[in-house]
Amino acid sequence: MESDSLMVHVNNITKTYNKGAVTAVNDVSFSVAKGELFGLIGPDGAGKSSLFRILTTLLLPDSGTATVAGYDVVTDYRQIRSSVGYMPGRFSLYPDLSIEENLHFFATVFNTTVKENYHLIEDIYVQIEPFKKRRAGKLSGGMKQKLALCCALIHKPTVLFLDEPTTGVDPVSRKEFWEMLKRLKQQGITIVVSTPYMDEATLCDRIALIQQGRILSIDTPQGIVAAYPGQLYAVKARDMPRVSQVLTTHTPPFTNYLFGEYIHVDSQGMGDRNPTELLRGILTQAGLDGIEVTPITPTIEDCFIKLLTT
Amino acid sequence: MNANEPVIKAEKLTKRFGNFVATDAISFEVYKGEIFGFLGANGAGKTTAMRMLCGLSIPSSGTARIAGFDVYRQTEEIKRNIGYMSQKFSLYEDLTVLENIRFFGGIYGLGNQQLKLKSDALIERLGLQPEAKKLVGQLPLGWKQKLAFSVSILHEPTIVFLDEPTGGVDPVTRRQFWAMIYEAASNGITVFVTTHYMDEAEYCNRISIMVDGRIAALGTPGELKTQLNESSMDGVFYQLARGAKNSG
Repeated sequence: MESDSLMVHVNNITKTYNKGAVTAVNDVSFSVAKGELFGLIGPDGAGKSSLFRILTTLLLPDSGTATVAGYDVVTDYRQIRSSVGYMPGRFSLYPDLSIEENLHFFATVFNTTVKENYHLIEDIYVQIEPFKKRRAGKLSGGMKQKLALCCALIHKPTVLFLDEPTTGVDPVSRKEFWEMLKRLKQQGITIVVSTPYMDEATLCDRIALIQQGRILSIDTPQGIVAAYPGQLYAVKARDMPRVSQVLTTHTPPFTNYLFGEYIHVDSQGMGDRNPTELLRGILTQAGLDGIEVTPITPTIEDCFIKLLTT
Repeated sequence: MNANEPVIKAEKLTKRFGNFVATDAISFEVYKGEIFGFLGANGAGKTTAMRMLCGLSIPSSGTARIAGFDVYRQTEEIKRNIGYMSQKFSLYEDLTVLENIRFFGGIYGLGNQQLKLKSDALIERLGLQPEAKKLVGQLPLGWKQKLAFSVSILHEPTIVFLDEPTGGVDPVTRRQFWAMIYEAASNGITVFVTTHYMDEAEYCNRISIMVDGRIAALGTPGELKTQLNESSMDGVFYQLARGAKNSG
């Protein structure tokens, strides 16, 4: 990556709270190239929001450096504030202003007009326009989310920071939201987005898996999946709790996690025996029936669990 | 309550706000020890329905009995016989672990003696002895959620209502949380749970999917996939919720 094409550059950033008692961000480094859709994937408390606040100049890091659009997050905060868009995790628009008023307010604060950059928000805004006179505080979760995205975009930011835009949102609306992000990316906007939903990771160009302030891995979703050590098997039988019990109490125990109607089993510890036959044998011997064993490609969630537990 | 009687029995349960029908004549039954998944898009009417089932909101029409009690006239009895936990509100961050257990146990009507026994047993079972006197705000989210769930069933309610209990929790803790749900269900507690994780829908015995205030589908995960000819619950949900009018 050419350094002049880097829109976000984070170098060894650390942030602690309570006089050092809590480390929210622990020596984190990553870069985001121009036009990239970069995802920070991790559970609540992983340090995602602290990172976003540092990058949007709302919080000072304890140590380390970072630049956004070439500007330093500590010394050049004015330039950063006028050139980035930020959608915080918690709804932060004016509840007493209408949809229309909120949008005009944010455009004016950034010395622009809704008209000038309307092309950027048009796709999204038309969905909430029928309610434009309604106060923001009275909107449903999905409409608030769309309005917040419009307000974060109206000054045509070079980098868009979205902190957990889909948390608590149902699967259908989440899918629609990611389609909107894809269209924004096509317009050349660099996007940094965080999410606790592992299935959204595959929609990003590159992702960082993050837990307890530390980055576990950074790569393309395909790269992270390819780096999974060993082979995974999806196992199913008539009595699922029993399957898990049999595998966990086996000597040696086999790592297994529930994934919907299947249990994913790691081949680690199976030696050079054929895992499919081995698993079938163990489950049959335990008196289980309706057994299915299929080798599978890991999901990002499998990779995250593997990184958490090794 | 008769042993074969459903723990939740709703018939044409309806809630209107002005001209808007938030919950539109829903009927369903949930049985003892069942894990019942209550799914639906944002704005589909889940919260309104849950509030009526918990005795917090009086229906506009229809009937429902919760643990044998009537949602119109016996709301206090309902509240004493259910547990409730959500992702948004679970425990007081600035009370210690022990204080939270005693506070909620007291609210749920446990006596002092019982509270002491139960809180000691709970702390031991969760391995929280070193944290017992720490503020809940200092615990990792996963621990908080496990503690909150344990507290919500401390008084051995007939039913526990879990509103998105695993939102934002890491994948390992999420699965540990479901192991706790299974344990509660095997002890005879009925679990009524909402979630946006479709893999979790598979862990329920039966699920209902609400669309525009109505129950659009109800059955075991296997039945719903067969009915709608989908290979995953994600597909089932998408097919049903896509056409919703009140979505978003």
